[in-house]
Amino acid sequence: MALEEGGVPTVALHTDTFARLARSVARVNGMPTTRQAFVPQPLVGRSADELRGYIHGPDPIDGRPFARVMLEALTRPLDDADASGAGFDRSTPRLLEPDTEDGLRRRFEDERWTDFLPIVLPTEERVEAMLAGTSHDRDEVVGTLRPTQYREAWEFTVEKVAVNAVMAGARPAYLPVILALAASGVTARHSSTTSYAAMAVVNGPIRTELGMNSGIGATGPYDHASATIGRAFGLLSQNLQGGSVPGETYMGSQGNPLAYSHVFAENEERSPWPSFGVQHGFDASQSCVSAFLGGWYTLGGTGLRDGSWRETLRRSLHGCDASLGPALLLDPLVADSLVRRGLATKEQLIDLLAEESRIPARDYWDNQWNQTLARPRAVAGIEPFASHLAAAPDDLIQPYRTEDIHVIVVGGETTPTWRMTAAWYGGTVSVDAWR
Amino acid sequence: MAELVTVHDPRGFPPAVAAKPLAARLEGLDGKRVYLVDCLFDNSDVFMVELQRWFGEQLPAVETRVARPRESWVDDPELRAAIVADGDAAVLGVGV
Repeated sequence: MALEEGGVPTVALHTDTFARLARSVARVNGMPTTRQAFVPQPLVGRSADELRGYIHGPDPIDGRPFARVMLEALTRPLDDADASGAGFDRSTPRLLEPDTEDGLRRRFEDERWTDFLPIVLPTEERVEAMLAGTSHDRDEVVGTLRPTQYREAWEFTVEKVAVNAVMAGARPAYLPVILALAASGVTARHSSTTSYAAMAVVNGPIRTELGMNSGIGATGPYDHASATIGRAFGLLSQNLQGGSVPGETYMGSQGNPLAYSHVFAENEERSPWPSFGVQHGFDASQSCVSAFLGGWYTLGGTGLRDGSWRETLRRSLHGCDASLGPALLLDPLVADSLVRRGLATKEQLIDLLAEESRIPARDYWDNQWNQTLARPRAVAGIEPFASHLAAAPDDLIQPYRTEDIHVIVVGGETTPTWRMTAAWYGGTVSVDAWR
Repeated sequence: MAELVTVHDPRGFPPAVAAKPLAARLEGLDGKRVYLVDCLFDNSDVFMVELQRWFGEQLPAVETRVARPRESWVDDPELRAAIVADGDAAVLGVGV
């Protein structure tokens, strides 16, 4: 669209699976008649001959020959709609038209404002009660969110966050954590085709104030605060960013069950290391929450035995997707065992993990997302990708920087269990600032 | 009769959208320079090479240049300026 604005007639090619998304993005950018042509999905894994067949074949959306649609997009004279574009000024009301409870529940589902589990309807009284959980003004702007960088960012206030917190079943005391997550700029409804889910880790005194469980069953549905804060993070993300609708504003191929709720408290009391919050600039007496995106791979095990612990970590790291580093969720028993093996600090553990993550260059480059994201940077001379590309196929290269690997201690010591899960770190936000 | 309930709208505030017109179209492509911009998704480079071959076979009077932005999913103002400066048309792809 930027090229069109520069006076260059342009046609955008997409695969047919993305037709609805492509048209939606064109509409919200004020150019709804953007010329587009479509080929079948997928491109990945198709040979040059097969792709040539796409060019000679039909546009699966238009039905006419692809090449004809493409050429016509560049030469067909503009009509009135093309020449004017289409701007619009949308607004959302503060309150909905009164309806019965059943009618409102149907509307919230029809509008896709829910996660399809039962919600608490956000009446004026309930939202008012929720707002008592913060000293901030209801009209204060908290931030903006959007499902991808290609879409417009939507803005929201404290009151709008409180509305979604009510819907999730949260209590007013949880609101500072929910506001901090909303202010993080991380959406829990990202539209990545890899089906990101958000994960958030709570540190500091707020954990005990809210009764968050960091012990047995901590990452499961076993405490009210974790369950509803996580759900609120998801609901506020989809509603405050302008939607999370499959095929339009959500393109995760499989979806992700972690998207229902994945917020937990670190077990600081049983960790041998400083907390994640302290690692990221907060004092142990301060409360904060850290937001991550990922969760499309999760693997783990129990026990790290003396003869094989390093090999187990190495094999597990090699099982992670090389395009996004892992967060390690360690039961305190595992953390203690690693300390006894000489890893006195999280930093030492992360250094070891980065080293053990090394894989042959051929394996690193045989990855769709490394081809898409890392290879162009390598070609542009950006390190460390350029060195990765220059490496011989059998050379070992380190896919993750140390800052791409995260360690969090959680669990109740019933067995020495650990997990690795895809986790892009989006930042740590003060909870105290939102009290 | 069931009681009517008033509730809040849970949505955020969308920005206003400004209308943007398309660029004027070409009467034909013969003698024109068309940029084929590889959007860097995995295997789109192969597609663009095949598309360039197709132009060479089917429309030899059209000059095509394959171009690539510096990074995936990041605007490349230099490339954009180059296309605006000496391109007559552009084909972008292949977005998933």
